Amino acid sequence: MSSTTTTVESAAPPKSGPRALVRRLRHRDEVAHTLTLVVAASILLITTLLVYELWINSSLSRAKFQWAFLWTKIWDPVFDNFGAAPFIYGTLITSIVSLVMAVPLGLAAAIFLSELAPRRVSDAIAFLIDLLAAVPSVIYGLLGIFVVVPLVRTTIGPALINTLGYVPYIGTLFRGPNYGVGFLTAGIVLGVMVVPFIISVSREVLLTVPREQREAALALGATHWEATWQVVVPWARTGILGSVFLALARALGETMAVTMVIGNDPRIAASLFAPGYTIAAVIANEFTEATGDLYLSALVELGLVLFLVTFVLNGLARLLVVATERGGGHA
Amino acid sequence: MNRLRLGWRKALNAIMLSLTGVAALAVVSVLFLILGYLIWNGGKSLSWDFFTKLPKPVGETGGGMANAILGSLKLLLLAAVMGLPVGLLAGVYLAEFGGKTFSFVVRYTTDLLNGVPSIVIGIFAYSLVVLPVKHFSTLAGGVALGIMVIPITVRSTEEFLRGVPGTLREGAMALGASKWKTIATVILPAASGGIITGMLLALARVAGETAPLLFTAFSNRYWSSGWSQPAASLPVMLYTYAIAPYEDWHRQAWAAGLVLLGIVLLANLGTRLALSRRGAVRSI
Amino acid sequence: MQMRIPVVSLLLAIAAAVLAQSSPVLLNAAGATFPYPIYSKWFDVYHQSHPGVQINYQSIGSGGGIRQLQAGTVDFGASDGPMTDEQLAQSKVKVLHFPTVLGAVVPTYNIAGVSAELNLTQKALAGIFLGTITKWDDAALTGPNPGVKLPSSDIVVVHRSDGSGTSYIWTDFLSKASDEWKNKVGKATSVNWPVGLGGKGNEGVSGLVKQTPNSISYIELIYAVQNNISYGKVENAAGKFVKADLTSVSAAAAGAAKNIPDDFRVSITNAPGATAYPISSFTWLLIPAQIPDAAKRDAIKGFLQWMLNDGQNYNEALTYAKLPKPVIEKELKTIAQVQ
Repeated sequence: MSSTTTTVESAAPPKSGPRALVRRLRHRDEVAHTLTLVVAASILLITTLLVYELWINSSLSRAKFQWAFLWTKIWDPVFDNFGAAPFIYGTLITSIVSLVMAVPLGLAAAIFLSELAPRRVSDAIAFLIDLLAAVPSVIYGLLGIFVVVPLVRTTIGPALINTLGYVPYIGTLFRGPNYGVGFLTAGIVLGVMVVPFIISVSREVLLTVPREQREAALALGATHWEATWQVVVPWARTGILGSVFLALARALGETMAVTMVIGNDPRIAASLFAPGYTIAAVIANEFTEATGDLYLSALVELGLVLFLVTFVLNGLARLLVVATERGGGHA
Repeated sequence: MNRLRLGWRKALNAIMLSLTGVAALAVVSVLFLILGYLIWNGGKSLSWDFFTKLPKPVGETGGGMANAILGSLKLLLLAAVMGLPVGLLAGVYLAEFGGKTFSFVVRYTTDLLNGVPSIVIGIFAYSLVVLPVKHFSTLAGGVALGIMVIPITVRSTEEFLRGVPGTLREGAMALGASKWKTIATVILPAASGGIITGMLLALARVAGETAPLLFTAFSNRYWSSGWSQPAASLPVMLYTYAIAPYEDWHRQAWAAGLVLLGIVLLANLGTRLALSRRGAVRSI
Repeated sequence: MQMRIPVVSLLLAIAAAVLAQSSPVLLNAAGATFPYPIYSKWFDVYHQSHPGVQINYQSIGSGGGIRQLQAGTVDFGASDGPMTDEQLAQSKVKVLHFPTVLGAVVPTYNIAGVSAELNLTQKALAGIFLGTITKWDDAALTGPNPGVKLPSSDIVVVHRSDGSGTSYIWTDFLSKASDEWKNKVGKATSVNWPVGLGGKGNEGVSGLVKQTPNSISYIELIYAVQNNISYGKVENAAGKFVKADLTSVSAAAAGAAKNIPDDFRVSITNAPGATAYPISSFTWLLIPAQIPDAAKRDAIKGFLQWMLNDGQNYNEALTYAKLPKPVIEKELKTIAQVQ
């Protein structure tokens, strides 16, 4: 160790003696190391503090309602009875609708971009789709109110009611009065918001599938589509699944766009046309007005629930995407 | 029989492949639809007044969002000052100094923080900055946005630092530079383009955030002086005006949307174009 | 490197502009959306004549006003639902209620092809909001409106999603109109609504009604007028159908005005009298009795003085009724209690 530094210092222009120089060099390295380490540690501090604050500020509500909070359907500020069920339901339903819309669309587009489009076109389109991901939520909400809501009320809604509404079982999803706002509209807007995530990650993952796999399938006589659907996509399936989880995690936490088009009614209803509420939306609407400490505490508890759910989902998503990038994710 | 099956397979092939093309086209056209609507509706309402006047009393037409534009700029400034240095230094740590387990923990936590819904970050900033001093403030909004800037900056900094070729590092070391000197004078400058674009993208991302500002920076009908008063911001004004019944407010909401989207898209376009000229573009 | 200089100078310029702004007395207030139009007018006019005082009012709903006042994040609040005895007891600061204007909550609706003023009975309104009356051509609605062709469509109920004094006034009225409502739902700024979509603020609800066919909701009169939304006549305690306007609202307050309690908390819904509009209400500014900051205290007291004298002249243009003289006189004396 010291021998290498001695040779270094003799090559460097002497400042105030060899030992002092070494000390300064070593010292600055350590300073840099400690400084950056402290800053990195501060991220841990911030996150821990965040969880702590959520935990502490929801203590009133957790103490009163215990686990029942998760399945109580009532949200009654007058009688101080709060339950998370309608919001969990709303958050799940809108996210599921968004995925039903976004996954087929996104996967299809990703396949096009990775298999069919020439590289330059694919890159250009992928670039445009990334721009779509950068559009702020409130702008999606703005377009939601003035474009999607009337569309659902006048066109999409009646179309669905007149077709799928008559199919047994699924039909219950499409009956009832159609206000324009509601679960379906929120799901549609969310779907548009998360599709870029699915496309971006799936495209990358599909591009890493080894050439040989495709070529082997084609050599065996498969059509391009068969090679893609039966060989390439399954190869990348863990990564694609990871992208779905990422999209889901994003959809669960979306606030503004949802609260502008969902109807803001804390109710569990079978119909997709019914107004509903999500965890993020109710916090946004009622946080500044929660009269009463228990009310505010219940809202913070909802925030805690949302945090935990997105935490688990994000963790799973990262694992899946990393697994594909490492192992190739097959069989 | 085989011919029939082959014909069917070929037809399916053609159909499915063209469907994928349609899907890609549909998604891209949404972007242009959004732009189109905003330009059409917002362009009509964009005026000198919008950028220079304060909001008028409820129900009266006219006025603008000058205070909201300034408010958003102030919030971004705060977010940059608070979040960017943290993200940069933490990224340097992860790329250059990190020990195995600690780095893993930091990376995991950063990803976790990235995934936290922005409304929850708003709750956090409220309990941290608003409650103790008992008023809404620009500072609280800046803190919320600053926290959101950190994970994005960490990721992009680490990535671009790692992307610097090993030869550069080894060359510097061979010339006798210490670790710190290598980082400061060789590696950081080499990665600076990517790092700065990462920072700009992070700022562009939080510029459009509304939820965390709802109960931190709150809103203001006037200019907000200093940092401890509530401040209006473009996204919050957009939201307030969009859900109201006044036609004039809708007009202004479209204009605000156009301005906001313009800023965000310009930042994204500009930085990504600059990046792609240098090399690989990392998405999302 | 070269980008840095212009960026830094831009930042410095912003910082300078920010610091260069003079600092008048800044008051932050929040609360009711019900009187927001008149308040925003008042604060604007007051600021122009008293540039040293700037009042930033955010209309987040009466519930928000009460909450933020108790949390201490605003200097004063505003609510059309007076604070309850429990809320006052729990409050860490003593709060004084100052009535500002008289307003009316009207039932607004958006029915295709119907522009007439509907006569709405108390039972009908309660039934609609309870969810027991679901179609526009229900007998309870067609009965009092013989000349109007009501469609057989579903009624879309819209209510407030936030903590609202307007909701308080509405549910207060419905509790007097219907025992079923009183027992099942009750009156408060935020209730467990049996049916309906939620809109944020009077503004959000008006927006929803305007855009949703066959909808009905309750909003402050000025929002209906400013946005050309139809509103109906309501059956009052004397059985007459009365339309909300300055005369009928003032008539509702007339009886209560002479005997208004010292803390000014009184409900005037369903007031007696043939011409009284049954869903009228005072709306209050919630002022802390103790304001340690002298500049803020003087600013608030100055504003209250102005509001009770000159301010009242702006009410009628925005369809709010002036406060009755006895109430104004009593309030002027109460201002001294703010210390």
